[in-house]
Amino acid sequence: MKKIWSIGILRGLIFQIIGTLIGVGIFSLIRILMGLGWKTEPTIVVGGLFGAIFFLIGLGAFTDWWKSALGEEVTEPHLVKGFTGIRRYFEFSLDHKVVGIQYMVLSMVLLSVGGTLALIFRVELSASGLQILNFVQFNTLVGLHGMVLIVSILTGIAAMGNYLIPLLIGADDMAFPRLNAFSFWIAIPASLILLSAMFFGGFETGWTAYPPLSVRGPMGIQMFFLGVYIAGWSSILGALNLIATIIKMRATGMNLFRMPIFGWSVLATSIMALTATQLIGLSFQLVMFERLLGMSFFTPSEGGNPVLFQHLFWFYSHPAVYIFILPGLGIISELLPVFVRKPLFGYKWVAMSSLGIALTSFLVWGHHMFTAGIEEYLRVPFMYSTLLVAVPTGVKFFSWVATLWQGKARFPVPMLFTLGAIIVFLMGGLTGPPAGTVSTDLHLHDTYFIVGHFHDTMFGGFIFPIFAAIYYWYPKVTGRKMNDTLGKLHFYLMTPAFLLMTFGQMRIGLLGMRRRIADYDPNLGFDNTHVLITIGGFLIALSILIFFINLIRSAKKGELAEGNIWNSRSPEWSILPCPAPIENYHQKEIRIVGNPYDYGLAGSKFVELKDSEEKISEVGI
Amino acid sequence: MKHIAIASVLIVILTILTNFFLQSVGLLPVEASTQASIIDKLFNTHFFIISFLFSLISVFMFYSLIVFRQKKGESDDGKFVQGSTKLEIIWTIIPLATVIFFSYMGAKSLAETRKIDPQALTVNVTAGQWFWKFEYPDFDITSDTLYLPVNRQVKLLLSSIDVIHSFWVPEFRVKQDVLPGENLVKELRFTPTITGDYVLMCAELCGGSHAYMNSPVKVVTDGGFQEWVDSEMGYQDLTPAQKGEKLVTNNGCVACHSLDGSSSVGPTWLGLFGKERTLATGEKIIIDDEYLLKSIMYPKEDLVENYSDIMPPIYSDLFDDDDLKNIVEFIKSIK
Repeated sequence: MKKIWSIGILRGLIFQIIGTLIGVGIFSLIRILMGLGWKTEPTIVVGGLFGAIFFLIGLGAFTDWWKSALGEEVTEPHLVKGFTGIRRYFEFSLDHKVVGIQYMVLSMVLLSVGGTLALIFRVELSASGLQILNFVQFNTLVGLHGMVLIVSILTGIAAMGNYLIPLLIGADDMAFPRLNAFSFWIAIPASLILLSAMFFGGFETGWTAYPPLSVRGPMGIQMFFLGVYIAGWSSILGALNLIATIIKMRATGMNLFRMPIFGWSVLATSIMALTATQLIGLSFQLVMFERLLGMSFFTPSEGGNPVLFQHLFWFYSHPAVYIFILPGLGIISELLPVFVRKPLFGYKWVAMSSLGIALTSFLVWGHHMFTAGIEEYLRVPFMYSTLLVAVPTGVKFFSWVATLWQGKARFPVPMLFTLGAIIVFLMGGLTGPPAGTVSTDLHLHDTYFIVGHFHDTMFGGFIFPIFAAIYYWYPKVTGRKMNDTLGKLHFYLMTPAFLLMTFGQMRIGLLGMRRRIADYDPNLGFDNTHVLITIGGFLIALSILIFFINLIRSAKKGELAEGNIWNSRSPEWSILPCPAPIENYHQKEIRIVGNPYDYGLAGSKFVELKDSEEKISEVGI
Repeated sequence: MKHIAIASVLIVILTILTNFFLQSVGLLPVEASTQASIIDKLFNTHFFIISFLFSLISVFMFYSLIVFRQKKGESDDGKFVQGSTKLEIIWTIIPLATVIFFSYMGAKSLAETRKIDPQALTVNVTAGQWFWKFEYPDFDITSDTLYLPVNRQVKLLLSSIDVIHSFWVPEFRVKQDVLPGENLVKELRFTPTITGDYVLMCAELCGGSHAYMNSPVKVVTDGGFQEWVDSEMGYQDLTPAQKGEKLVTNNGCVACHSLDGSSSVGPTWLGLFGKERTLATGEKIIIDDEYLLKSIMYPKEDLVENYSDIMPPIYSDLFDDDDLKNIVEFIKSIK
């Protein structure tokens, strides 16, 4: 028992259970004192909220902040002696690399859960008629598939940002290590609460949770709202930390235009996450209050307006898709030069295009509402701003192609996934404009075409790049390489399966297949295509299973990685050993003396170690 | 330069092939309205641009991956080129101009689809969980099937009694969400051009039986439409039970209450009247006029055991007293 108690995550989970019970108890007591009976819905919301806070208390997330609030001495983050070995991943660790791995594990767990939910409803859809699910189950699975994967993506980009940014910019840690750990750990109770929606009757609304539908119906929607609300905290605080780190913690000599390009995409993403996430939290909170307290924000018969919700929701949820993809596009720009041995074409333009996408993202939310009944005249300006996104996105594509041109390409597994990402994201990009011009969108809106389109953007902008990143930086984490054959098998299985799936989805979508329906008219003749889509989905799952086997097996049995295995110029490969030491560059003073991607320029260097004399003289001053 | 020339030729060939493929594979359903033809024209422009950009990026990409790749025994770096401001400006300005031109075409296309014909036939469309109802104010007709005369513009005034639904017939292309709220009645206009049977589908997730929220749409000749109007206007001569039958089919009651004894979301009406039933509270009752009336008006009360309270409490507002009596008469008549 004592042993269990000493492990942070288990202590947190036990506290969460106790906290939930305390919340339920206090709330019921108040109701009893007021002479009211048991009511499940408000009780589980209060219990869920208490549980999340207690999780963090039990884990020890508040301990240091509490101490410093009382005026007690608190150890500086880099002097805190944490656990070592596998154990540190289960604790409230202040090391950005540990937090990065924790995020990554959570992201991969949620990826598996979210993907499995999709496999279940794909089986249902493989034939017309109702086979294994009823409507509420189907809708719950569809909604959770969406939101669980959104949280998986948010934690996945946080994993890449946390692990890589300090290494790439030559910093020893993030700007605020305690806040960093807090942002990760709050995502754990958030994910549990989100998934618990399944056990409270599910919900019927899909991930978009439009009222008035979300105001009625099963109460699982409350756990969905609460989980997303808490996960939003993780995203906002993590973004704040990344911005501060990028602005303040770069190595000597690294001005912003000498920063590895991934830094720019994380900066752009974090600006959006920091300023837009509040809107989804707010809109979900309003529906929670409407259900719990009878505040009729969105019910027309009582003075509310259902379209208002859609404005608030999409004001976050459109920038959100750029939040999801920009880090992935940054990974593409980061890896291409290494594997074609050529500079990134037009570095400054690629960097600025990320900020351009971030800026435009705030102006386009209305394109989700072309058919929603917004004011007629609003549709045209939103069409202009929407298509404008094509310009900075185009700059990225052209720059990638120009980087490839006359480059001596080599094809290890990370490069394959990088190229796959470009192709798949191209499909996502090209299928965007028909949904962006109003009159064609009147046909496409809420069909499977949209489903195919955004799966292309999510896979091209996140899934493929994150796999590239994992294969590429895995030796930095474990000191060993991942297996090449299994990696190639993963790629050559997943890419065609994925294309089959989304082409199928877009094909039937154009012909009249609606989104989010458990059953479809057999007369439409979609049965065969649905079978193909389902097969595609299962093949993707199989390929990811192979990836997981590779990931776990290579940690023990992989080939040892010695030195700069990719022959990269960036500091984490050229300076640090594998695996990266706990304190990063702490014992080594590094200085940036060139551009990050000057491959092919004889004798140039990006980073060098300050010699010891200089170091001593600096200390003397 | 030689490489660029070869790649350019490949791009032209691939663009033509891709565009031919997209145009000939039959990507869209039948064009059955004036609006569909306008919208499909824009779709075709999109398909061409997609073919071109797809070819442009993928030809350059695969060409350089194949031709310039690291050959056996090579270990040197690629050509040192950091960028070209001229090229960057070109591939910012040209897409920008294209995008603005495309938006302009999009706006024109939208305006064309929305051209108003003052002679349009007005139909009030009511959506609810999970049915469609069509009222023709000019003829005082209510129907569960949308009858439309061919080549005449129809003006739909759409309104929902509960959650958001969406009106979509793929063959007509246009789509409009149907919102609850008296101040949020939305308008949708289109002109059907081909006679035949279509299916109206709800395109916005509306819970439960959303997948089945379909209604038949019949586009008929002018003469056929007049015939239908005449036969519908004969409604006044019907018996109460016959009127009730029309009401329950037009308002979607039969989606949940079967007439043939088969089990569904709600109790079947076959032989229901006069039977004994056990309520959720355990009380036993006989189904009589009063119970039927009350169950329609206040569906959350006195539930029969094993049924959940998902029937929306909207029917006391939707129907007047005569309607309710007619419906009860109809239920009594099903034996």
